[in-house]
Amino acid sequence: MRFSVERTLPLAALVVLAATAPPALGALKADFYLTQLTMAAYYSLVTLGLCLLMGYAGQVSLGHAGFFAIGGYAAAVISTSHAPAWLSVPAAVVLTAFVAVVIGIPVLRLRGHYLAMATLAFGFIVSRVILGTALLGQADGISDVPAYRLFAGLIISGKRAVRVQNFYIAWGLVLAGVLAAGNLVRSRTGRALRAIHGDEEAAAASGIDVARHKLATFVLSAVYAGLAGACLTHFNGGIGPGEAGIMKSVRYVALVAAGGMSSLWGTLTVSTSLTFLSLRGAFGLYDDAVFGGLLVLIMLFAPDGLFGALRRQALK
Amino acid sequence: MSGDVIRGDGMSGAATSGAARGPLLSVTGLHHWFGGLHVINGVDFSCAPGIIKGIIGPNGAGKTTMLNLVAGKMRPASGSIVFDGASAAGLPSHRLAERGIARTFQATRLFPNMTVLENVMVGRHLRGRSGFLAGLGGPLFTRREDLSMRDACMQILGSLGIEGLAGREARALPFGRQRVVELARAVAAGPKLLLLDEPACGLNPAETEEMGRRISDLRGRGMTILIVEHDMSLVMGICDEVLVLSYGSVIAEGTPREVQENDEVISVYLGAGDA
Repeated sequence: MRFSVERTLPLAALVVLAATAPPALGALKADFYLTQLTMAAYYSLVTLGLCLLMGYAGQVSLGHAGFFAIGGYAAAVISTSHAPAWLSVPAAVVLTAFVAVVIGIPVLRLRGHYLAMATLAFGFIVSRVILGTALLGQADGISDVPAYRLFAGLIISGKRAVRVQNFYIAWGLVLAGVLAAGNLVRSRTGRALRAIHGDEEAAAASGIDVARHKLATFVLSAVYAGLAGACLTHFNGGIGPGEAGIMKSVRYVALVAAGGMSSLWGTLTVSTSLTFLSLRGAFGLYDDAVFGGLLVLIMLFAPDGLFGALRRQALK
Repeated sequence: MSGDVIRGDGMSGAATSGAARGPLLSVTGLHHWFGGLHVINGVDFSCAPGIIKGIIGPNGAGKTTMLNLVAGKMRPASGSIVFDGASAAGLPSHRLAERGIARTFQATRLFPNMTVLENVMVGRHLRGRSGFLAGLGGPLFTRREDLSMRDACMQILGSLGIEGLAGREARALPFGRQRVVELARAVAAGPKLLLLDEPACGLNPAETEEMGRRISDLRGRGMTILIVEHDMSLVMGICDEVLVLSYGSVIAEGTPREVQENDEVISVYLGAGDA
């Protein structure tokens, strides 16, 4: 399509930053940051998918930690069983997509608060099922998840020796995720999604199958979350029930809102920085409170996100 | 690309799809209730291909309900709606759009978060093919279709004389312009039947006259048009046939002249006389 600065500039910035971070941090003898930056990349993948759903299709989900956990736990169970090792990530993604279809068909008939409540309930169910199922390790979670072998000798693992390549794997996935999502929102389908967001009835009168578009976007955003969950589980060598918690879902919603709701780059920027700070322990015991508070403040004072608020200030 | 991007296939469509020269739309024995209110009470009418048919009547006569039933917004309580040779009663609006029915709304409902061009491109959605996966894949898979769609939509805007507004945000336009954009969006996919719900509502006399010319022009391009309207000068000026509803029933049907001379219509409108 047309060359657009708006699109090319952030892409170039992402590539340059991701490519130079490991050598730069290495030179500063601070390469231990790479671990949290890798984890932050996977969490950002979740928020990118959620941004498509909330910002473009206009449908809220307060259950995305549930999809992350389904992907993560599926990968953990499969790779600690006798199943072929390569199966874990693809099977986790397929399972997440399947659950999203089954949940999405009834739930997406609801709108607004009702949809929020139904997705919240879904997240809650996933969380309680994990805590009550022996196979899933209950409160202890699943540990000793082995590394995941990709192609050409690359492995997803948190071992120190493969720290740099894992940083590149994770950020490569984020790059692919943001590229694909950016393509989608500019396409015929993206226009249909924004039309649904704007006026469902008028969209349907234009021949858009509203239910189908909502479901496809819901499943796609669940796939982003499931893939992130599966990869991060291999990277961390395990997963615990905290990943399925309601507060995790609230956190994802807060990050998308703070990013400007329908801004993929805003979401990626806010999500990476705040998640990194959280993983470094910057918010201490108030971790969840910070994200809950952020959501309240954004809704009150900056409904168009942090960057929207900055832009408005600059224009004054 | 064909010369005329907004040519509807009302005439040719009816001839080729097996409905051989019969009416494009026929409504028989239609009833609908809102709670205890019998808003559509046994309505029969038909609409030949290539004409402009007006539906008029006093407030509360069931005009907009009639249009909404044909547009698939709701399912009629009983009766049949046959469009282009097949039943259309109770189909969801996106299916009806696929079959060739487009509409505008009484209160203009553009997609506020999109530009004028994007609004019209959504209107042309059905002429595109690229789906979710191609969309994710990017310009490599969608570029050709997107460019031709963009061209076609610019031509549509041009034929309505508003190509200069293409890049403007829909919500920032004055009301009269929004109405024209909504018309552009409705005709963008080249429908067989176009349903217009009070297209002159809120327009000044000059804009109303302009709207009338645009609608007549669409008939010239092979579209069949069903129009609900209060503005009598517009209805009498452009319609080939007029249907008069009162309390959910048809009280007259015919050419504008016949309807204007009908005693019952006069009494309903003037609310006086020997009725």
